[in-house]
Amino acid sequence: MKLKSFAAFIFSLLLAAAALAQDKPQAYVGAQIITIAGPVIDNGVLVIHRGKIVAVGREGLTVIPADAQRHDARGRVIMPGLIDTHSHIGGGSGADSSSPIQPDVRILDSFNPRDTSIKRAVAGGITTVNVMPGSGHLLSGQTLYLKLRNKLTIDELLIRDSAGNIAGGIKMANGTNSIRPTPPSPGSRAKSAALVRDMFNRAIDYREKVRRAAGDKEKMPPRDLAMEALIEVLDRKRVVHFHTHRHDDILTVLRLAKEFNFRVVLQHVSEGWKVPDEIAKAGVVGCSVIVIDSPGGKIEALENSYKTGGVLDKAGALVGFHTDDYITDSRLFLRSAGLAVRAGMSRERALYAMTMAGAVMLDLQKQTGSLEAGKDADFIILSGDPLSVYTKVLETYVEGIRVFDRSNPQDRLFAVGGYGAARDQVVHIDEGEVDRR
Amino acid sequence: MKTKMALSFIFVVLLATAAHGQVAVRGETVYTSAGEPIKDGVVLIRGGKIERVGPASQIQIPSDYRVVTAKVVTPGLIDARSVVGLAGALNQPHDQDQLETSSAMQPDLRAIDAYNAKEILVGFLRSMGVTTLHTGHAPGALISGQTMIVKTRGETIEQAVFVPAAMIAVTLGNNGLAQGSRSPGTRSKAIAMLRAELIKAADYQSKWDAAAADKKPTRDLRLEILGRVIKREIPLLVNVHRANDILAALRIAKEFNIRIVLDGASEAYLVMDQIKAASVGVIIHPTMARAGGEAENLSFETASTLRRAGIPLAIQSGYEGYVPKTRVVLFEAALAAANGLTFAEALSAITIDAARILGIADRVGSLEAGKDADLAMFDGDPFEYTSHVTGVIIDGQIVSQEVK
Repeated sequence: MKLKSFAAFIFSLLLAAAALAQDKPQAYVGAQIITIAGPVIDNGVLVIHRGKIVAVGREGLTVIPADAQRHDARGRVIMPGLIDTHSHIGGGSGADSSSPIQPDVRILDSFNPRDTSIKRAVAGGITTVNVMPGSGHLLSGQTLYLKLRNKLTIDELLIRDSAGNIAGGIKMANGTNSIRPTPPSPGSRAKSAALVRDMFNRAIDYREKVRRAAGDKEKMPPRDLAMEALIEVLDRKRVVHFHTHRHDDILTVLRLAKEFNFRVVLQHVSEGWKVPDEIAKAGVVGCSVIVIDSPGGKIEALENSYKTGGVLDKAGALVGFHTDDYITDSRLFLRSAGLAVRAGMSRERALYAMTMAGAVMLDLQKQTGSLEAGKDADFIILSGDPLSVYTKVLETYVEGIRVFDRSNPQDRLFAVGGYGAARDQVVHIDEGEVDRR
Repeated sequence: MKTKMALSFIFVVLLATAAHGQVAVRGETVYTSAGEPIKDGVVLIRGGKIERVGPASQIQIPSDYRVVTAKVVTPGLIDARSVVGLAGALNQPHDQDQLETSSAMQPDLRAIDAYNAKEILVGFLRSMGVTTLHTGHAPGALISGQTMIVKTRGETIEQAVFVPAAMIAVTLGNNGLAQGSRSPGTRSKAIAMLRAELIKAADYQSKWDAAAADKKPTRDLRLEILGRVIKREIPLLVNVHRANDILAALRIAKEFNIRIVLDGASEAYLVMDQIKAASVGVIIHPTMARAGGEAENLSFETASTLRRAGIPLAIQSGYEGYVPKTRVVLFEAALAAANGLTFAEALSAITIDAARILGIADRVGSLEAGKDADLAMFDGDPFEYTSHVTGVIIDGQIVSQEVK
């Protein structure tokens, strides 16, 4: 009994110490800091406090609070946490085979926060992710923007605005993936577009009925979850993440976006390099580009190229990248920037694409995507140049909390692989150790 | 008239030069995979073969040699296990010939009968520095067929082929099981079937060898090629991931005294002593292969772990069913170099060490006088994402440059 209460006492002390540690400002001193918001700072200082960035600047010119805990980051590179604008981590699934259009389905309801893929994502430096249902439907459901906090329930990973709305988009697709041999799925590209136009027209009618009801419950149409989601799209509150590869399919997306005035992020955009000016002129929110090792694997990806990001960027479109995990490995997300630079994208733009551009595409640019005072303390510590194959992600922080530490053997197992690395049950977060600083 | 004659003379000389393929490749750094790197090195090429390799200070470049310069020069890269050429980029039924599942054991399926030398993935791999490709039938059946070795050039299989029947592709573990109620349905059944087939092949081979020339048994293409396995002429290429399946492969090799090469081998790090004792080489899975199913325990560091244990090691691009349709050994070796292998070891795993495991080290894999003139050129560290392959030479011919 005595021993037990002593242990409890020690435990509460530890908890208090952890809380205290979190309560002190933290200063990372001496690193090269790639803020994305301005020039690269050699010998920089990053000060964070209570999950937010307090100051970023040159050592000697940046005030470090007297009570701050200092961390020597000399020889390291610090940059914003990476933003993956299209991923399938968490083992979720969206629409089923009953219909090609299912706006009522939410990835929220099937995401598994204990899935090892999440640990691999933070091992790759990803702090914010757009988790999507698949591309086998014209509309496969609502996507979810998550912060990869050290938490085990979906509610604790969500991003909410001041009104409590959950951040997320909606997933659509055109081209071959959503074409199926049997109705009600579309059998051709033109049919795909016709079904989508019909869908939006029905949503416009529904919205009109709601508007005419003017709050009168008697006059309201029966509640329709699919229509409610589509109204958010029509009202430009919910961004459409549109899977599209071929140049003509890309133009079809632009045509639909213009007709129905929805905000769209072009996803994959394999042949975007063929129509860069059209994309840039159309005023899309952005292009989320996939970088894969070799062309092909499906007909539409035959002309996928490392150069797409650079070409679209030069044309003036906003370019980001994504893993499409499991298509590419979240642990190696930085390869996308490396290979894009290989094919002509500027280094600065490629790093912007990995971070800030993604934040803009998810409407999160005010809180993450760059290292600026007032923003969330989402950052990564690297062993060297972010574009080098030899560089390792050493630590990943989400809102000031370390969610990945390569020096921790369990974290390292997820980063490198090995026996047991793929077993979900291994994923266990000891709340007492969440803050391992 | 005189001018014309002089011109035609020059033209003839040019033709002759081209015909003999006299090229001098000068690199700021030449990695030979046969010793220390050479600073400001020269590789002299004539008639498709390497004539001389050494520092520029010791090699006089003859005036009629075409000079090609590069920052970094390496041997042409060897992809130690691929299905490219049988598998095409479109991923449609008409360009997927890497796996036939009508029967569990089909060692008579020749890779040369299905290879498309014009496949765009062959050209793509060539542009990334790959000059030699060990390709053929895919994992997915107990015995899926033969593999072969090609150079990544030529318009036809005849122009490309290097070793027409290199290995016999065997798959153990779940991936080698048949669909539905067909056999093999379990691991034990697969091994029982494989043993029975090898016993038949040994019997066939001994009958064939013992029979007089006019009394040879009826030719059986399946047993004939397995007879070459029994005679240790060609190895079984055993695709396997789990440690217990690796041990099953070693057990078979011992029982029949045949040569095997392990392919994939995710969990090889658990049974290194046994692999080493059996003197078996490993063509390790792509470093970036997806962890899942039987391969759930693979690791970025397996290549270096095996290398430290002294196990012969090559890196493969492997088999991909979707996007991307092929991996690139240059990138796979790069990631292995970032995870424990030294630069030289990682380069060896896609050059000389791969050549040794494939049994072609007398011809390719290093820059040494007398070997095939297969070279890759780079404008920086070959393993860095931001470097480029600036040129590729196969058998003395400059065949491609990376499209940027």
